[in-house]
Amino acid sequence: MDPLILSRIQFGANISFHILFPAITIALGWVLLFFKLRYNATNDSAWMRAYFTWVKVFALSFAMGVVSGVTMSFQFGTNWPGYMETVGNIAGPLLAYEILTAFFLEAAFLGIMLFGFRRVSNRIHTLATVLVAGGTTVSAFWIIALNSWMQTPVGFEMRDGVAHAVDWWAILFNPSMPYRLVHMLLASGLTVSFLIAGLSALRYLKGDRSESMWKALRTGVFTAAILIPIQILAGDQHGLNTLEHQPQKIAAMEANWNTGPNVPLVLFAIPDEAARENRFEVTIPNGASWILRHSARGVVPGLNDYPGNHPPVFPVFWGFRVMVGTGLLMLAVSWSAAFFLKRRHSLPRPLALLMVPMTISGWVATLAGWYTTEIGRQPWLVTGVLRTADAVGPVAGGHVALTLAVYLALYVLLLIAYLGVLVHLALKAAKDGDTSPLPGVLNKPMSQPAAGE
Amino acid sequence: MTYDWPTLLPLIFAGLMGLAILIYVILDGFDLGIGILFAAAEDAEQDTMIAAIGPFWDANETWLVLAVGLLLVAFPMAHGVILSALYIPVFVLLVGLILRGVAFDFRAKVATERKHRWNRIFFLGSLIASLAQGYMLGVYVLGLDFGLGGMAFGVLVAFCLAAAYAAMGAAWVIYKAEGDLQKKAVRWLRTTLVLTALGMAAVSLATPFASPRIFAKWFVLPEMLYLSPLPILSALLFLWLWRQTSHLPRPDDRHSLTPFLTLAAIFALGFAGLAWSFYPFVVPDRLTIWQAASAPESLAIILAGTVVVLPIIIFYSFYAYRVFGGKARDLTYD
Repeated sequence: MDPLILSRIQFGANISFHILFPAITIALGWVLLFFKLRYNATNDSAWMRAYFTWVKVFALSFAMGVVSGVTMSFQFGTNWPGYMETVGNIAGPLLAYEILTAFFLEAAFLGIMLFGFRRVSNRIHTLATVLVAGGTTVSAFWIIALNSWMQTPVGFEMRDGVAHAVDWWAILFNPSMPYRLVHMLLASGLTVSFLIAGLSALRYLKGDRSESMWKALRTGVFTAAILIPIQILAGDQHGLNTLEHQPQKIAAMEANWNTGPNVPLVLFAIPDEAARENRFEVTIPNGASWILRHSARGVVPGLNDYPGNHPPVFPVFWGFRVMVGTGLLMLAVSWSAAFFLKRRHSLPRPLALLMVPMTISGWVATLAGWYTTEIGRQPWLVTGVLRTADAVGPVAGGHVALTLAVYLALYVLLLIAYLGVLVHLALKAAKDGDTSPLPGVLNKPMSQPAAGE
Repeated sequence: MTYDWPTLLPLIFAGLMGLAILIYVILDGFDLGIGILFAAAEDAEQDTMIAAIGPFWDANETWLVLAVGLLLVAFPMAHGVILSALYIPVFVLLVGLILRGVAFDFRAKVATERKHRWNRIFFLGSLIASLAQGYMLGVYVLGLDFGLGGMAFGVLVAFCLAAAYAAMGAAWVIYKAEGDLQKKAVRWLRTTLVLTALGMAAVSLATPFASPRIFAKWFVLPEMLYLSPLPILSALLFLWLWRQTSHLPRPDDRHSLTPFLTLAAIFALGFAGLAWSFYPFVVPDRLTIWQAASAPESLAIILAGTVVVLPIIIFYSFYAYRVFGGKARDLTYD
């Protein structure tokens, strides 16, 4: 068995599993801070109930993110030793700073955020929430800076086949970094707002009309409604940036074979790389030229300009379409839900029913977008510097196949367990409503009183 | 040896990495040990034991990320060599850590009838992770030797380390628990202490004979004299701790933290011995820390951050331990 293909599948599986959880924790930290600040301002215990419900989801997602992240940090060495040997001088410090500035911050204050409400003052507990939310975001900053550098590397020179940093500022703020960071942070925001809105809709369908359900539902729906148009705009800008720096990726996303003007937008097609053409094509004339160049005469790059040096077309083309399609669905659902909540102060049952499966729409879009950009980088691991095939380690294919099988089984089971617990928590919250004792009241009194106590 | 930056930086990073591993072994050691002791505990005791590590385990595990991260960023060549040689045991470790980490969280959130299942997974994950770490340490000490002897030695160290972690876990329970559970933990500590001492003695004896290079480093004068306090002090601490355990728990809960601190000291001594055996290699007998190191300018960048951030990390870790100091109480999300 080919260790390269297997290692790629394994890394793809690991990172796909991993990214699901940072996609939640990055934004959920800030949502929890919002709940906490609303509680501080209004002294309304429903905000604190919402906090306690969602902090459990945060804790679980964080644990899943940590354990899968540890797996990633080992995999660089087990499967891709060529990566650190070639670009370790640049990747190393960025990863080190991620660990030093972000990991410890999150991990140490998470304990206080989760379990410390009655042990520390309200102010310290709020501060812990700020630090954990900030930690997850700083973590995202470092890792996206590194990932962007791999896509659009600058600020270095090669000496004896090893990259050496010349300009750290240029490395950090490389050409695609700002676009990628904004796109990812917004993706996290959307993932979380649909997660909250979807599970709150489930509570609503179960007859829960408690204040904390309404507060969470409104927060989720309105955040989604505000973020999705911003995301569409940011995604468009990100695409233009990719056109400038990685034209072969754009060509694959559009499944466009020949460079030229008047390029149609392909809505549906089965790209055939052997024949170098699209089958079953459905197109809008001049569409791609309009979107990318804002003119029908706009020249769009084609795959035939990059023989042997462009990514596989099918997954990039379809990854992009799934992401955009999910995004448009998010726009429609969040805006209608926002309309009904704002104008009618209610949620129609069919819409609530649609929102429940949309709970994981953020995951779908994030993964699809991630595949578009990461597969779109192939055959390079670091564009123009290191080919994926040259980074793979000397591990036997059989070992990789065995571990891959176990990882996949483990990930499937954990995902089922995770989603099961989310639904379980939502149903439990729906059953308890606002009648459950305020968390902590039954326990020994601690330093921090809850409202109304 | 000249004392310029290209010489010093890899040395400093080897020290930092060693420190991170030592802190990891001590801190996550008690988490893993508590997981192993789950097998011997009742339901209610398990809840208290989880409460004793709940606020800490995340931060504790982060030291492993830092240690591997430092190996990755400071010694990229060694990172590749070591981890691809240890492919399968690393994989087993990761599966153990994944199971342990999520079981910990799931058990508190699932419906009551499923809790048992996650308790068992928590035990299994902790045991698997401990054994894998010990095995890797064993084959690494012998220079990544995958002959029958090397693997047998790996298995020996695996059980020794699992016993040592269980002892750390028991000592932590003595510190964090009261009443019957505390008394039970003292008995656990006595059993695991015997196993730990046997294991450590076996490892100490086997190492120099398995590796002529290590033998030559230890059994020459005058080094032998300078090094003799390491084994002697360790043995004395073991004996002293053994005597202490027969008086625990004491009235007013005096000295409840003593077993843990003593064990940490024994770990540190054993670790110092290992460090001396390896030096100056990062991959035993193959790559020295200078051959495997990143470019000095990259190391300097990381060092600048480390010098600023490490004291802050240590400071707020202490703060977190202080907030959750005292006896473990029911852990609730509020």
